Amino acid sequence: MTAPTTAFLPTLVRRERASLLAALIAPPVALAVATALNLALYVLMGRDPVAVVHAMLLEPFLSWASFSEVLLKAGPLLLIAQGLAIGFRAKVFNIGAEGQFILGAIFASSIPVWFPQATGQWIWPLMLLLGAIGGALWASITAFWRVRLNASEILVSLMLSLVATQLLNYLLLGPWKDPAGFNFPQSVMFQYDAMVPMLFAGTRVNVSLILTIVLSLAAWVFMQKSFTGYKLQVGGLAPRAAGYAGFSEGRAIWLSLLIGGFAAGLAGAAEVAGPLGQLQRSISTGYGYAAIIVAYLGGLHPLGIIASAMVMAVLYIGGDNAMVSANLPIAAVRVFQGSLLLAYLVAVAFVRYRLEWPRAAHRSPS
Amino acid sequence: MTAPLLSLRGISKSYGEVRANQGVDLDVAPRSIHAILGENGAGKSTLMKLIYGVEQPDDGTVAWQGEILSLASPAEARRKGIGMVFQHFSLFETLTVVENIQLVVQGRKADLIDRVKALGRDFGLEVDPLADVHALSVGERQRVEIIRCLMTDPKLLILDEPTSVLPPQSVGKLFETLRRLRDGGVSILFISHKLDEIRAICDRATILRAGRVTGNVDPREHDAHDLARMMIGRDMPEPMPALPRSGGEKQLEIVGLDYRPDDPFAVPLSNISLTVRAGEILGIAGISGNGQSELSALISGETRLPREATDRIFMMGQDVGTFGAAARRRLGFAFVPEDRLGRGAVPEMSLVLNSLLTAHPLGLKRHGLVDRAKAAAFTKDCIRQYDVRTPGPEAEAGALSGGNLQKFIVGREIMLAPRLLFVAQPTWGVDIGAASAIRRRLVALRNEGMAILVISEELEELFELCDFIQVLYHGTLSDPLVTRDTRPEEIGRYMIGAHSAAAKALA
Repeated sequence: MTAPTTAFLPTLVRRERASLLAALIAPPVALAVATALNLALYVLMGRDPVAVVHAMLLEPFLSWASFSEVLLKAGPLLLIAQGLAIGFRAKVFNIGAEGQFILGAIFASSIPVWFPQATGQWIWPLMLLLGAIGGALWASITAFWRVRLNASEILVSLMLSLVATQLLNYLLLGPWKDPAGFNFPQSVMFQYDAMVPMLFAGTRVNVSLILTIVLSLAAWVFMQKSFTGYKLQVGGLAPRAAGYAGFSEGRAIWLSLLIGGFAAGLAGAAEVAGPLGQLQRSISTGYGYAAIIVAYLGGLHPLGIIASAMVMAVLYIGGDNAMVSANLPIAAVRVFQGSLLLAYLVAVAFVRYRLEWPRAAHRSPS
Repeated sequence: MTAPLLSLRGISKSYGEVRANQGVDLDVAPRSIHAILGENGAGKSTLMKLIYGVEQPDDGTVAWQGEILSLASPAEARRKGIGMVFQHFSLFETLTVVENIQLVVQGRKADLIDRVKALGRDFGLEVDPLADVHALSVGERQRVEIIRCLMTDPKLLILDEPTSVLPPQSVGKLFETLRRLRDGGVSILFISHKLDEIRAICDRATILRAGRVTGNVDPREHDAHDLARMMIGRDMPEPMPALPRSGGEKQLEIVGLDYRPDDPFAVPLSNISLTVRAGEILGIAGISGNGQSELSALISGETRLPREATDRIFMMGQDVGTFGAAARRRLGFAFVPEDRLGRGAVPEMSLVLNSLLTAHPLGLKRHGLVDRAKAAAFTKDCIRQYDVRTPGPEAEAGALSGGNLQKFIVGREIMLAPRLLFVAQPTWGVDIGAASAIRRRLVALRNEGMAILVISEELEELFELCDFIQVLYHGTLSDPLVTRDTRPEEIGRYMIGAHSAAAKALA
């Protein structure tokens, strides 16, 4: 058209093929940019940047005790993100992992709440299984409406998370409230056999971390090697090609959401049967949402997600440290997470696009 | 020769390792219709993009009316007096003709309407300026594109395969327009790979092969055979004559199919009937947009009929109306769609993974896991047998040229050894050598007893291939015509709806 030529601004040009280099460096670059931005913000707020960096990014690694907390945090993030990433690759956007996580916690808690006297090593595995089923059931509501009425899975799953929170509140304020709990909205403390066994003595890291890593590897096999995973990816990359080949879209949506719900529910169960030991209102500190960032930051690749879950867990633990030692507000961690996702989304654009600076314009005779 | 209007010297352009143009020289004289002839992938489109300022050459100079030129954008090219009509139109369907023109050309609406009418009169480009574009035929849309270019008073007009979308009757009219434009002082760069057309209208032809100029001739002094040899660097193989045969089993039968799509811009189909037997090729002629994509999605199973509509589509003797695409494939159906990228292939995936798309039942998976080695072997086989030019089986499908990807998809579907093969636009964008190879393969498969259905816009192709031809026009299908007893003009009349009940019907 006759728009004036923007002679000094570069334009985005689509690359001939995706750049592997850009794909690999996008996450670290995003992390660096987000860190720089947030440090600048802390300086503006009048905090000491050296103290913040120390508290946030170094302290988590400086002792086994604090590093074990990082591992503890990474567990649920990793598990949820692996499940979500499978759906995201199929372009099924399950934003409601938070709700599925809560339902998983509720389902798992049903055993110790209803059978507080039960003993035996079967209890905690059954709780984990029930939790996974609960998460999957909650996600299946979204899948049903998406397939049946073409309702946006983003909205349905997101709003169901709010419903899940209210369900949790109802249980904790009503039928499941610990009678001896001074009216606090929490369940009874779980019996010993309802707790996942510890992995390392003296820490809170438990066996669910091993389960998480095994499931991560399973996710890798599923997405990179299995035909079903391939079909999901085709549906995500080129829906019309999936239709052409006869891969059912409805089945892909069901599968994506059930896997995401299963993983999130399992994470919720592991949380109540692990570090918490009871059902509380604050069982999730936004794991379901943070896992979305983890999934994308890991390039939706099962192995990348292992790394990004660690990064995010460091931010959580480091953020807690910084709140105490550098006097950062509680919102700082959320702002960091948000800017990290934003920086990543910008960086990842360069996987398929490159900047082209106007060079011909200088040579133009007119 | 007079001083050239446009003069290229030593133009080179590479995309990664692909050298699309190498040292191209080209002179376009004033008042000339100049053909750029070449196979697909010969570098024609790249060269035009360089002239029109869409891309900049790596090397070489462009001189315009004797002055060295460096174009940064198409807008600049238009200001200099270079216009281009692309193969794929860039019109907004929901706007009127004059509104589309207003997007590019400044001026009051009433003035523009007058100018559209005046240009229409002067150059035989009649079109109603106030008509909505979605209501126009392809020929009319092309006229709108040409008018829009002419509005900016170009000295040079680039037409990218303008006849590929037109019915035979409209081609003559387009040529008349082009001659009048030339006489009015406009030079035309005419990109094509149809030799007869070039000999009919062009006074100069530059032939490209693999990015280099291989000839610079007056096409009227050479026969089509000569030109073809310069273009493909070898003699054209003779098409394999189809042996008439019939009486095979009905592999596809459609009986009185009516279809009303949800999309208001899609074409409804009414009372479609056709039969394809084993050992037979049926061709569906017609200009795109007359219901081809709706019909092909119904046959492939990508669109399913409502449950109550039974007994309409039969494959291998079974009612498949409610079968999905996968179920129909399991019956022995294979399909090459008209869109390659995003439908026939996933652009971001390697050829190996694209093989898997439809060839997975050929043992390319084991225990639910992808058998990489077998898939790679299949892909290599397909690449070799169908002469797919690619760095290798791990290349992304999106990185292949249109013609090579088409060869890959056609090859993949044939290797499925289907009982019923459905090919939409078998040779769109495929170079002449490969196109005739694909056609010969289709005829050979027919002789081995495969039932084949072909949808094509190219009449010559249908005449070369098919035992019977039916014409799709406005969502209705003509009765089958026996190809041997039918002249192209007759089909052409059906294609523009001029043929009424006086059809040469087959009993």
